[in-house]
Amino acid sequence: MAEATAQPISFGGKTSVPSKAWQLLAPALITLFFLLVIPMLIIFVYSFYLFVDVGVDKPAFQFGNWIEFFTDGYYHGAIWTTFRIAITATVVCAVVGYIPAYFIATTTFRHKWLLMLLLILPFWVSFIIRTFSWIHVLGNQGFINATLLSIGIIDEPIKMLYTEGAVIMGMIHFLLPYMVLNIYVSLEGIDRNLVSAARTLGATSWQAFREVTLPLSLPGLAAGSLLCFVLSAGTFVTPQILGGPRDFMFGNLIFDSLMDELNWPMGATLSCVMLIMLGSIVLIYNRIMGLSQVYKSFR
Amino acid sequence: MAKMSETRRYERLLERFGNGDLPRRDFMSLLGCAGLAVGVSGTVMTRFARQAHANVEKLRFDGWGGIVSESLRKGAFTPYEQATGITVIDGTFGSEEEHFNNIKASPEGTYNLHLSSGVTIYKTLTDAGYGAVINEDNIPNLKLVMPALIEPFRAITPDGLSAVPFDYGNTGFAYNTKYISKEEAEADGANIILRKDLKGKLGGYGSWQGRIWHAALQSNQNPNGIEDMDAVWDKVREHRDLILKYFGSGAELMDLLAKEEYLACDAWSGRVAGVQKQGHPIGYSEPPGTYSWMETLFVAKGSPMPEAEELLNYMLDPEVSIAVAIGQNYPPSLDPTKVDMPPEVQALPAFDPTGTLENLLFADANYWAENRTEWQRKWNRVEKGG
Repeated sequence: MAEATAQPISFGGKTSVPSKAWQLLAPALITLFFLLVIPMLIIFVYSFYLFVDVGVDKPAFQFGNWIEFFTDGYYHGAIWTTFRIAITATVVCAVVGYIPAYFIATTTFRHKWLLMLLLILPFWVSFIIRTFSWIHVLGNQGFINATLLSIGIIDEPIKMLYTEGAVIMGMIHFLLPYMVLNIYVSLEGIDRNLVSAARTLGATSWQAFREVTLPLSLPGLAAGSLLCFVLSAGTFVTPQILGGPRDFMFGNLIFDSLMDELNWPMGATLSCVMLIMLGSIVLIYNRIMGLSQVYKSFR
Repeated sequence: MAKMSETRRYERLLERFGNGDLPRRDFMSLLGCAGLAVGVSGTVMTRFARQAHANVEKLRFDGWGGIVSESLRKGAFTPYEQATGITVIDGTFGSEEEHFNNIKASPEGTYNLHLSSGVTIYKTLTDAGYGAVINEDNIPNLKLVMPALIEPFRAITPDGLSAVPFDYGNTGFAYNTKYISKEEAEADGANIILRKDLKGKLGGYGSWQGRIWHAALQSNQNPNGIEDMDAVWDKVREHRDLILKYFGSGAELMDLLAKEEYLACDAWSGRVAGVQKQGHPIGYSEPPGTYSWMETLFVAKGSPMPEAEELLNYMLDPEVSIAVAIGQNYPPSLDPTKVDMPPEVQALPAFDPTGTLENLLFADANYWAENRTEWQRKWNRVEKGG
């Protein structure tokens, strides 16, 4: 038994565990190295290049782009807006997503797979199309305004589209399945006997939920929140389609630099900033919760 | 003496041409003579043409997609493919800057031709070194294009064109006739998009150049020689605070006008014509100083030039140009004094029957390109509330 614990993993009965593991990992690591690490390094190097004119830059080692980022409040304001929108979307997803996740996890419905299918159904439709669909719901002549006008509740359409609220709504639509899946996985893993034990000891349903189910499902909730936050903070399409002129996020500034101003060095700098910000959040999460919770959801 | 096959004869000519022993003109002349000698035109010439293009298998054309691409596919690309054996790949882009990035990020020759928007971006592209030099002799249909459209490009690249003009249009002002009368719209001029009583129902194109142009008109300045930039930015901000949102594409513009989300906005003449054809109550005005622009067929550096030039010639063919013009509602670049234009084209907004375009005001490429970096950067901030 002692020998068995000394060799926790055995590949074909051989003892060369590390080399075998590296061999198996090699394709993934090589792919990641060439398709992720190298491009990120190139972007980092590009952030020191000098922007000469529209679409023209030259290799250099200068800190102009970084100094501009650190000294220009325009970028700092965008970071604040991005975090505010991303946190709001994440919190709403957590609250709204918990209920269906709990229902799916605890239902005795025989065809649970059908509920799961419904959950992933939105993924079958393009993200862009799903985002555009909100125009027909929230617009002045959209479903909500048309209904309220036709039954006489309002005289003028309510402005819902091209607002920050519409941006958050679009994000929730896109992110909710990620949150529900994570919470569901976490709830599924909870031993039902613990809830029964709590009830036996005199806890009400609400107390059993608050003292047992909710704490045990927190890792899933946290994993879902991390995913939702990172995905929402990095988006630029949703504000572009559903937001007004002032509803922009940090990703939109990267888009502006690269696609409008054709200023690759500044675009690269802002991309690095985004990567560092989101990477830091993932590291903090890992420190507190452990990333294993995220992987668990995809087992 | 053994009789030399057509293929062998062509290969020898091609070899001499490739070695520089034979000028291009002589090469083409000999090919033409050979064509005549073997019985003129038809299948034999087609075979020759295919052989001449043997080393080039495909050409890429990028545009905005939609009706323009469909018309070009039908009228130009398919006949070109049949005649040369070269496949034309139709690509699309969301903005020309996006395509600029694609060209910049790819090896030379990856992207060949694209539909480009006007003289300012032409200067940007050629200054950055992405333009090829066209041999105008290989594009006989270029002689049918209005000189007034070619000259601005020749002034930017005097050593040779990198693009040929394809169509032109105006950015005037669209308004919903249920809410705004023609008289009101004409009296308002460029200020129609600053009407406070229409707050939240106004719009405009989210582009630095269009916004600054219109703000110059609103502050009574010459858009090609702005003296008070602060007044311009004030007008840009004033408009920003009144609008529902900036539109980003022609399809979005049409949708917002048709759904009455916009009651007034600046708008591309062809797109307005499109909405009007759909039966929506949309009027259109072009006050003095209305922004006129032209689109070109730009050839990127590294493209196979004889083949690209031949394709350009197909695209400038009157039949193709007119079909595209009717499809997209923008007049073609062809000179109406040289090419008979059907009534549908003559009825298009911005159409100039004289072919001189003297009544249209285009952007001064040098002026706008000179200020582009600063103005675009500032616009991106003003747009977002700055």
